[in-house]
Amino acid sequence: MDFALSSDVVEFRDEIRSIIREFVTPEIADRMHTTGVFDAPELNLELGRRGILERACPGLAKGDPIEMYVMFNELEKAGAPYDGLAVALMIAAVVNKLGTDEQKERIIPSIISGEALVCMGYSEADFGSDLASIKTRAIKDGDEWVINGSKMWTTLAQVAEWLILLTRTDLDLPKHKGLTMFMLPMNTPGITVEPVHTLGTEITNATWYDDVRVGDEAVLGDENGGWRTMTTVLAFERGVMGGTNAGVPLLRHFHEWAVANGVFNEPTTRERMARSIIDMQVATLLTMRSAWIAASGGMPGLEGSMTKVFAVEAYQRASGWTQATAGPAGLLQFHEEGAAGEGFVEYDARHSPVMSIYGGTTEINRNNIAERHLGLPKSR
Amino acid sequence: MSVDLGLSPDQESIAELFNGFFSNEAPPAVARAAEPLGFDRELWNKVIELGAPGMGCAVENGGGGASLGDLVVVAETVGRSIAPIPLIDHLAALSVLTDADLVAGEAIAAVAVRPADANGIWSLVPAGAVADVVIGVDGDETIVIRSAPPMSGPRNHGSMPLADRSAREGTRTILGPASLFEVVLDRWKLLTAAALVGIAETAKELGVAYVKEREQFGVPVGSFQAVQHGLADLPVAIDGGRLLTHKAAWALDNVTDGLIDWANNEITDGPTLATMAFLFAADGAIMATDRSLHYHGGYGFAEEYDIQMYYRRARGWSLILGDSTSVGLSLADRLFGTVEG
Ligand SMILES: Cc1cc2nc3c(=O)[nH]c(=O)nc-3n(C[C@H](O)[C@H](O)[C@H](O)COP(=O)(O)OP(=O)(O)OC[C@H]3O[C@@H](n4cnc5c(N)ncnc54)[C@H](O)[C@@H]3O)c2cc1C
Repeated sequence: MDFALSSDVVEFRDEIRSIIREFVTPEIADRMHTTGVFDAPELNLELGRRGILERACPGLAKGDPIEMYVMFNELEKAGAPYDGLAVALMIAAVVNKLGTDEQKERIIPSIISGEALVCMGYSEADFGSDLASIKTRAIKDGDEWVINGSKMWTTLAQVAEWLILLTRTDLDLPKHKGLTMFMLPMNTPGITVEPVHTLGTEITNATWYDDVRVGDEAVLGDENGGWRTMTTVLAFERGVMGGTNAGVPLLRHFHEWAVANGVFNEPTTRERMARSIIDMQVATLLTMRSAWIAASGGMPGLEGSMTKVFAVEAYQRASGWTQATAGPAGLLQFHEEGAAGEGFVEYDARHSPVMSIYGGTTEINRNNIAERHLGLPKSR
Repeated sequence: MSVDLGLSPDQESIAELFNGFFSNEAPPAVARAAEPLGFDRELWNKVIELGAPGMGCAVENGGGGASLGDLVVVAETVGRSIAPIPLIDHLAALSVLTDADLVAGEAIAAVAVRPADANGIWSLVPAGAVADVVIGVDGDETIVIRSAPPMSGPRNHGSMPLADRSAREGTRTILGPASLFEVVLDRWKLLTAAALVGIAETAKELGVAYVKEREQFGVPVGSFQAVQHGLADLPVAIDGGRLLTHKAAWALDNVTDGLIDWANNEITDGPTLATMAFLFAADGAIMATDRSLHYHGGYGFAEEYDIQMYYRRARGWSLILGDSTSVGLSLADRLFGTVEG
């Protein structure tokens, strides 16, 4: 095996690092916690201006999955707000793969310039893991589609230009078959957005669709082919767009505090820290493996599930022991005097629980591994 | 140079050769028959024919010139089969020893993984019961001793050929300062990590095969989600351990002045990675054997079933280096520097 990045990728990584140094200032990292929006427009624009988003987007320009992994790993390790960028790039790749020429021309430039964000309307109040059962309806009316229903957890809807929306178009077909995906502007009349505040500061949304009218130009992929479009979305995510090394900045913040407060010489703390560092290495190697499989022309879906299960629990372990070790200082929030790790210890203890929920829960991922990797009989 | 996380074609052939060899020559019954000593001379003689003992030595010394990545592949097959031969120890010792009889495998070498005590005794040396040559640290020197192996030792959890050995009696060579031994110990940790990955792999296979067959309530027990989820963690730990072990081998083979920049998760220092791989693979093997044994129900506890042999070796092969806290703290010293005062 070879674990060295090629010289091209090293150059790419160094460019990302220099952009991070300039654009991911403490103020920007802080802003995500006051606005509840995990996105940094100035960073996106810079990456767009330098052609990096186009270069990294699968199917466009170079589209090297190793570079994609490197970019998001660097952003994640630096503690940058990158969620908006990850979603936008992933959906740009889907549009590029399944969209019509007209859709590609209309949508992709706005994303790879770093200007436009995308929000994802899949989950509903009553359907999360059982996504294929969603009820939001799209009905054909002459040349138009009329959409009615509601979505839950439509993160970034308050700032996004675009919405990718999963709807039911045929009630008679089996549940996976009667779905259609739409891609429409968020300013289309009939859409309402209401904030949902979360434990981890991030503000997500409930969204309502009342007689939202769009034409066929908004259908992404085939009519009643929505599940395939959904699968394509997940395939592009591949587990290489961040979300696997969230413990790295936490350990850094914790360590600084622990050294300054004279508690870092405790053998228990040192050992736990060392073990969490092993976890972070393993998490990044598993992520790199997905990227490598994708770069070799494979589809690392299952590997993505495996990586996510491991990486999320590793992060949760780290946030658990760091807070417990910090004691009262681990309860203090950002900007409070004496807060462990400048408040990150407290923050990560609030943020880490979501990681085993969104984008497919840990249980759903374990089902996947059991059935598709171990070949065990379906349990449901 | 660019990321390539697959085995090379050569390594694929090595894996096939050794997996085939061990499944023919060393099915679990062989390990069982070799207990409690944990050594099968006949099997060792056969492995000599494959050229395995000297595989990692330089060609000019009569060896096979294999890379550490290649040796990791071999070590994993040893773990998969729990073959009762001290190949890991021997390959590790031969990172610095070049005696012709060792390269040929006519004599067996062991690694005293912990320094000698004040009386010059290396206690509980893995493979110490059967090795003709032992390498280890005595005081501030790296010592090689040739002396007759006791061919017996204390009965132990892992059915390993353990024995106390003297660092002073026998034909004694001072190889150099104690620091010279580090390369031997790094290689021992690396190859043991790979063997532990192999143990976890077989434990997973045994568990999965069992739960597909065994029925309760009219269905295979492997259709119960609680069982599925317990097993679903195993391939993750195995793949993670394998990747980390191969990264350590790659770094030891290719990287000088590697990074220990844990704050940015950039670690390319071989010795650090070898210890990390050792700790991670040990945890993985312990978890995998634990779960697999448990999902066998009462039969997992029966001596007749093979999983208990893997369960004991997962613990034996890793704990012989020292308690896991001490190993963890030695890693902490490498990562953060030692604690002053
Ligand atoms: C902060 C946040 C942001 C999000 N952003 C978005 C977004 O932008 N767009 C979007 O569409 N969605 C988003 N989601 C929704 C997310 O994808 C869902 O929450 C997730 O898929 C789980 O669905 P659920 O919440 O309905 O839980 P449920 O599906 O009701 O699950 C409840 C519990 O039951 C378990 N469970 C369910 N099914 C099984 C099973 N078959 N076997 C074993 N256990 C099972 C689950 O693991 C979970 O522990 C977001 C969620 C959060 C919290």
